[in-house]
Amino acid sequence: MAGLAASFGSGAMTNSFKDIENTSLIFLIGSNPTEAHPVLALKMRKAIRNGAKLIVADPRRTEMADIADIWLPLIPGTDIPLLNGLMHIIIKEELWDKEFVKSKTENFEELIATVENYPPSEVAKITGVNEELLYQAARLYANTYEASICYTLGITEHVTGTNNVINIANLAMLTGHLGRKNVGVNPLRGQNNVQGACDMGSLPDVFPGYQKVFNKEARQKFSKAWGVELSDKVGLTIPEMFDDAVNGIIRGMYIMGEDPVLSDPDSNHVRKALENLDFLVVQDIFMNETARLADVILPASSFAEKDGTFTNSERRVQRVRKAIDPIGNSKPDWQIICELSSRMGYEMHYQSASEIFDEMASLTHIYAGMDYQRLDKNGLHWPCPTKDHPGTEVLHVGKFTKGKGVFIGIDHIPPAELPDEEYPYYLSTGRRFYHYNLTTQYSSSLSEYHPEELAMVNPKDAKRLGIKKGDKIKITSRRGEVITSFEITDRVTEGTIWMSFHYRDVPTNVLTNGVYDPVSHTGEYKVAAVKVEKI
Amino acid sequence: MSNVTLTIDGKQITVPEGTTVIQAAEKLGINIPALCYDPELSLSGSCRMCVVEIEGMNNLPTSCTTVVREGMNVKTKSAAVVESRKMILELLIADHPLDCMTCQKNGNCLLQQYAYEYDVKEISFQGIRHDYPIETDNPFIVRDMNKCINCGKCVRVCSEIQGRDVLNFAYRGFDTKITVDLDLTLAESDCIFCGSCVAVCPTGALLEKNMIGKGRSYEVKKVKTTCSFCAVGCNFDLNVKDGKVIGVTSNPTSAVNGKHLCVKGRFGHDYIHNPNRLTTPLIKKNGEFVEATWDEALNLVAEKFSEIKKEYGNESIGVLSSARCTNEENYLMQKFVRAVIGNNNIDHCART
Repeated sequence: MAGLAASFGSGAMTNSFKDIENTSLIFLIGSNPTEAHPVLALKMRKAIRNGAKLIVADPRRTEMADIADIWLPLIPGTDIPLLNGLMHIIIKEELWDKEFVKSKTENFEELIATVENYPPSEVAKITGVNEELLYQAARLYANTYEASICYTLGITEHVTGTNNVINIANLAMLTGHLGRKNVGVNPLRGQNNVQGACDMGSLPDVFPGYQKVFNKEARQKFSKAWGVELSDKVGLTIPEMFDDAVNGIIRGMYIMGEDPVLSDPDSNHVRKALENLDFLVVQDIFMNETARLADVILPASSFAEKDGTFTNSERRVQRVRKAIDPIGNSKPDWQIICELSSRMGYEMHYQSASEIFDEMASLTHIYAGMDYQRLDKNGLHWPCPTKDHPGTEVLHVGKFTKGKGVFIGIDHIPPAELPDEEYPYYLSTGRRFYHYNLTTQYSSSLSEYHPEELAMVNPKDAKRLGIKKGDKIKITSRRGEVITSFEITDRVTEGTIWMSFHYRDVPTNVLTNGVYDPVSHTGEYKVAAVKVEKI
Repeated sequence: MSNVTLTIDGKQITVPEGTTVIQAAEKLGINIPALCYDPELSLSGSCRMCVVEIEGMNNLPTSCTTVVREGMNVKTKSAAVVESRKMILELLIADHPLDCMTCQKNGNCLLQQYAYEYDVKEISFQGIRHDYPIETDNPFIVRDMNKCINCGKCVRVCSEIQGRDVLNFAYRGFDTKITVDLDLTLAESDCIFCGSCVAVCPTGALLEKNMIGKGRSYEVKKVKTTCSFCAVGCNFDLNVKDGKVIGVTSNPTSAVNGKHLCVKGRFGHDYIHNPNRLTTPLIKKNGEFVEATWDEALNLVAEKFSEIKKEYGNESIGVLSSARCTNEENYLMQKFVRAVIGNNNIDHCART
């Protein structure tokens, strides 16, 4: 989000799913939609069936890589040099969109100066990608008028996550693949309401609608609406909160609908932080690993038990409708927050979720034209500033949200931890088709079908380790160890282990590296160094 | 593209060239029965239920594959048409279990519906009947090939929408059967259990396993909502009976996904009623969680947060909101942090 905000002025998918379905080329980088976004993958397959080309950059041979025209099997954490190499070729071969760059962007010289240092021969060495493939991919992307880039957490969950995103934005601006139909830079959001949680200001630096807390005008607006003075000091991100909890600066925490002990990197550090608190409140629908450490647990209701809205990856705001009453004595999260707030001396009384939405919309320009009645049928894409506005499927038409798009030259920074003699394997992590984060463990059908973690091990590594199907392995990093079952598959390259984080009995995130991107503060889930032993 | 004017059941209509007769009839509000037709899939014309009479044509053509022509005069319910449809239904039920009273599809089965509409109750043709074993070796889909009418919609949706090609026709003549790969079970195949085949199946041949025995289609309340897994934002109907979500079915009006879902969206929502759901507030006393009332729990939280604020200042509390919760809840949570706790220490894990 931070990356696209820096380049374009708005951190969201520039185009809609429909545009992906209708494009002529999909460049998929750090994204595995057949498993993580299955129904969007259908739209991609449809595009391909209708003749669209597919370029996949991924260290794993994913299903999409199987059907790709060009697969770029890069070494984990080398996205920046890969993209610089592509841009180097595009500039050298004069394939860039001169008119677009001249009229709609600025700071192009910086990009030229940076990518000059990434000739394909050099890039091939850093990324492990064949030089000829780099040429093919660069030419195909630049020469296709309607080309769309889609990326997911394979780009952002790196210590260079923000820079990775900026470099994707650079590539799209260089080739003019922005501001019209069937093109764009499209971050595919992970969880159901990532876009909405960000839009609503569940971030330490912004109010709803990305209005900065240090902007006096914005602060005054919210201060007036809410009837209290508001702090202008940017708050703490999650890793900062945990660091400060270890240091005794943060004394109390309130965690709603998250399980950082299982899902945040370096979980032993997270556990230590939470254990050091004076008071921890967890609000969730299940007794998760974090809740076990709590002083008070507040039982929340699932999405089936409440009204509301989710905003999907393409910025479409859609209704969530109550189907059943809350289970047991649980309550919808919004009601719990209201009751707690009122008890702390700030009265919050809403009759319905719709009333909360209306208050939010009155303070949030990009949602201002929406209400439950308008959202009822098909939802609306933000920005939708007025009641008669149809919503916006394509961003940055005519000009960028911030005026001119900004090129920022990005140099390669390797992952914070690389394999060495003691920890010789790369570990990369992600999501599986049959599971979704931690909730699907509670689905009996899904758990029955995919009951245990199966780490992916390349056949050559399996041979070297002397392991066979049915054995167990111990995987150790500098931060912890897990014991897991595995499958032997050439979908991972030699020297790389891949694991998911869905299983409580194989808590993969004790292994991952707690270092994070300096801007977005997203952890480096995608690269850690581990050793593997047969047990 | 030019327009074509034709007459259907005495009513005139003008439609774009290339429109099929069944589509033109639909525009007039005339519903032509069809078992193998789905506007989203390629045309098969195999079930013959949609036959109509067209002046000047010798046989009864299928309306799903016949393109309109200028001046066409179509009859959708002539005596010949009705007789033909009856015959097709009689042939179909001659080899179809007539166990509607216990079939999960009862009330939602096209074959049952048409048999009712065309008053087909007797089995006119006695002969060999299929006796396939019912396939239940996966947790998601039950396949009963005895109820399959070989319409082939599942084959087409698997190939044309999902791109998986797990299903296809095999064998010949009376033995013709829709098989999974080389006549394996779904569990043994490359099937990813998206369930699109279940969504298009007109009979009880493919059923959601989790819903069998949980309620009749007409007892179920359907509530359209947005999926709680991943950010594609598919819509579907939660099927509710007696205050319980018994399953998920496609809602074709869904803007993002139409009828299509993935295994998680279609079959993973049984977590809602998992017996391990937290159902009461809990307070930890001497290292053990003890059940509490909402008043006790919320008063304790309010008191502790107020104490911490007083002793260590506004900056000493941090809050994590959630990308799983609604916009309204995220809005309120950040309002709570900013207006009540008095800092900006709010974040969630999907900041990227």
